[in-house]
Amino acid sequence: MPLAAPRPETWIRATPAGLYCEPGDFHIDPSRPVPRAVITHGHGDHARPGNGEVLATPETIAIMQARYGDGAGANLQPLSYNETLTVGEVGVRLMPAGHVLGSAQVVLDYGASRVVVSGDYKRRPDPTCLPFEPVNCDLFITEATFGLPVFRHPPDDREIDKLLHSLSLFPDRCHLVGVYALGKCQRLLALLRRAGYEAPVYLHGGLLGLTALYERLGVALGPVLPATGVPREALKGRIVLAPPSAAAEPWSRRLPDPLVAQASGWMRVRQRAKASGVELPLVISDHADWDELTQTLDDVGANEVWVTHGREEALVYYATKKGYRARALALTGFEEDE
Amino acid sequence: MNRFAALLEALLLTPSRNGKLRLMQEYFRSQPDPERGWALAALTGELSFAEAKPNQVRTLAAERIDPELLGWSYDFVGDLAETVSLIWPAAPATPAVVPLPSLTEIVETLRCASRTEVARLLAPWLDALDASGRWALIKLVTGSLRIGVSARLAKLALAEWSGVALDRIEEVWHGLSPPYQPLFDWLESRQPAPDIGDLPTFSPLMLAQPLEDDDLTSLDPRDYLAEWKWDGIRVQLVARDGEKRLYSRSGDDIGPAFPDILAAMPERVTLDGELLVARGGEVAPFNDLQQRLNRKTADARMLRDYPAAVRLYDILREGSEDLRGLPFAERRRRLEAWHQADGPRPALDLSPLISFASWEELRQLRDAARERGIEGLMLKRADSPYVAGRPKGPWFKWKRHALTIDAVLMYAQRGHGKRSSFYSDYTFGAWAGDTLIPVGKAYSGFTDEELRLLDRWVRNNTVQRYGPVREVTPAIVLEIAFDSVHRSTRHRSGVAMRFPRIHRIRWDKPCHEADTLEALEKLLT
Ligand SMILES: [Zn+2]
Ligand SMILES: [Zn+2]
Repeated sequence: MPLAAPRPETWIRATPAGLYCEPGDFHIDPSRPVPRAVITHGHGDHARPGNGEVLATPETIAIMQARYGDGAGANLQPLSYNETLTVGEVGVRLMPAGHVLGSAQVVLDYGASRVVVSGDYKRRPDPTCLPFEPVNCDLFITEATFGLPVFRHPPDDREIDKLLHSLSLFPDRCHLVGVYALGKCQRLLALLRRAGYEAPVYLHGGLLGLTALYERLGVALGPVLPATGVPREALKGRIVLAPPSAAAEPWSRRLPDPLVAQASGWMRVRQRAKASGVELPLVISDHADWDELTQTLDDVGANEVWVTHGREEALVYYATKKGYRARALALTGFEEDE
Repeated sequence: MNRFAALLEALLLTPSRNGKLRLMQEYFRSQPDPERGWALAALTGELSFAEAKPNQVRTLAAERIDPELLGWSYDFVGDLAETVSLIWPAAPATPAVVPLPSLTEIVETLRCASRTEVARLLAPWLDALDASGRWALIKLVTGSLRIGVSARLAKLALAEWSGVALDRIEEVWHGLSPPYQPLFDWLESRQPAPDIGDLPTFSPLMLAQPLEDDDLTSLDPRDYLAEWKWDGIRVQLVARDGEKRLYSRSGDDIGPAFPDILAAMPERVTLDGELLVARGGEVAPFNDLQQRLNRKTADARMLRDYPAAVRLYDILREGSEDLRGLPFAERRRRLEAWHQADGPRPALDLSPLISFASWEELRQLRDAARERGIEGLMLKRADSPYVAGRPKGPWFKWKRHALTIDAVLMYAQRGHGKRSSFYSDYTFGAWAGDTLIPVGKAYSGFTDEELRLLDRWVRNNTVQRYGPVREVTPAIVLEIAFDSVHRSTRHRSGVAMRFPRIHRIRWDKPCHEADTLEALEKLLT
């Protein structure tokens, strides 16, 4: 006689340390050190140092080691995409999330019940990582960083064209593009190469390590050089990538008349770009936009949706109107940075 | 429309003036007629659609978009035009391919549309355009571009792109109307300059150089006439063929905000003067004038509480005679004669000449002049013709000595453009008991080296951060120079300074020795 599927809330729940799976006795992306953690991807608000056992994709483990060294975790266990590992009474599988290199959704099977934790994800192609694969489930726990219908990311190519057009219009100005060190930086490099931009791209010191790691893991990004120590003149008309905060820091004074750009989904809102002093907003996001979020709800076919990590209320409202059982999951520690 | 939208977006986000000029030049160079002419009209504020209203956009949005989702989105974005442009959904049914409307098509259609037609027209355009295009369309329709471009800057871009002098463009500007085909024909040397006939157009102003103290040694007082420099804004009054205009110094038509001045204006004359608020012949503080300048029109209450007047400096045209080539002394005689013959007009009086025998005597007069409404002196060569711009030599402004106080640096904010990595905007305060009350902001007056030092100091002495603003430990004393200080209900300190700038950084002075608010109040005019 088949067992009735256990209701998700009986075996997975939000705790102060993050999402906790009881029959497997592990946390997912915990916000404080725990004995056993499953990590979706290498961003600092998901992969924190100091956990005991860490389960993640080999790429994510490599990223955590590059960032935290020995602090990455007491025991690091790689799990490739699509392979299942049984932890306690739970089957754990990692599936591509399309967010950054190594990023994964966590598929949890317990009894006849399946929960998918999306982690951070996007649906559009990214030359630096594998695409998101929808997995049917009973409960889908989704991120909602861009959970408002004003967020609709335009095609990447058009944003890259904007950058290249600006370079031709202001050939004497260095184009300083704010990017996050993990994912966005490398994706931008790959998109520039795809658009035929072959010149060296100059990187802020904080971006060099992870970019080299991507290359080592087989993602070709073309010629990059450190921006530090290059004569001012040599940076005219060049693209320099740096963390978004660098434009406001004394570091940027070495650059010749920098034109400040930023690659982020938030750049969709002009007033927000203006308020942060960005002259050239590039709407390039590693998170799903509103259409991708809502499309994904339909694709995974879950009856129930928990929304976390961002603007929950609008997506919960939408999902409820569409007939899903939906609620906001209060998890702390995630940032709206991207 | 895409190119126009991209231009607006880039102008909004480009902080530097040169960057804005470059963007506009590139647009004028690359776009066809009449598209660029309509864009020019939009940039110079000459485009309005009487039958298009902001609430039509609101109504349209409510028909297409779930109100809850629209509400949350508006809360997040904070601007209706931007929210609607971003959230606008794809058309309900797959439409037959709607061609992308050009700016020209949009403008020409809207201009002759009734209110109900406007509503019917907007939706298919919003469907056809992308988010940038929708934003530009909504901004255009609701008549508020707010992209940090003045009409003057747009005309300067035309001048730099075409190589035709800005003053020549200004001279014909008010005789032209959108989409300015004759203007572009002229700027691209296909046609002679447009003939503007007898229209009440703006003549670019003659401006004065600031007088440096050692300039005086090389100047002969007998060559110069002196008059007060009044603390208002320079204006030009133009009346021709029954048409009357009041222009600001940059050539903007500010007549609609000053119906009292238009009503007081005589016929067939062009005058140069200072716009002031005056009660019974006495000049009110600049703040009073600011009340009038901040709005596009004036209601009865404004006219009663803040009565405007013009104090006349010069006459440029009388009847059909252009007087600008005459020496200043001669124009002054003509001004006085005209004023005498014209009879009394309470809102128009003459700025008196000041007689003096030596520079020393004039200096004493200047320093003694604490009367309200006087900013300093103007020196004008008696033989100077009226020429546009700021020629070196014929006219000087000799400002009163600046007032100073020692204030304490309280907050610093990052600058824009080239200064965006520097904390370059400083809020300073004065003591009230043992509390510091902010009394003003200064952005200038320091050298690059001092800016570097201040920036480093701010970064090392931050106690609190609020976005781009840092609160710092009260420790640095800034000697602030300013032109005058007025009562203000809008500031917590109750006072507002005019033109504050950093005169010196008093690294040596302990901050508890800085000035009190009370000391500042003693300098109120
Ligand atoms: Zn992430
Ligand atoms: Zn995240």
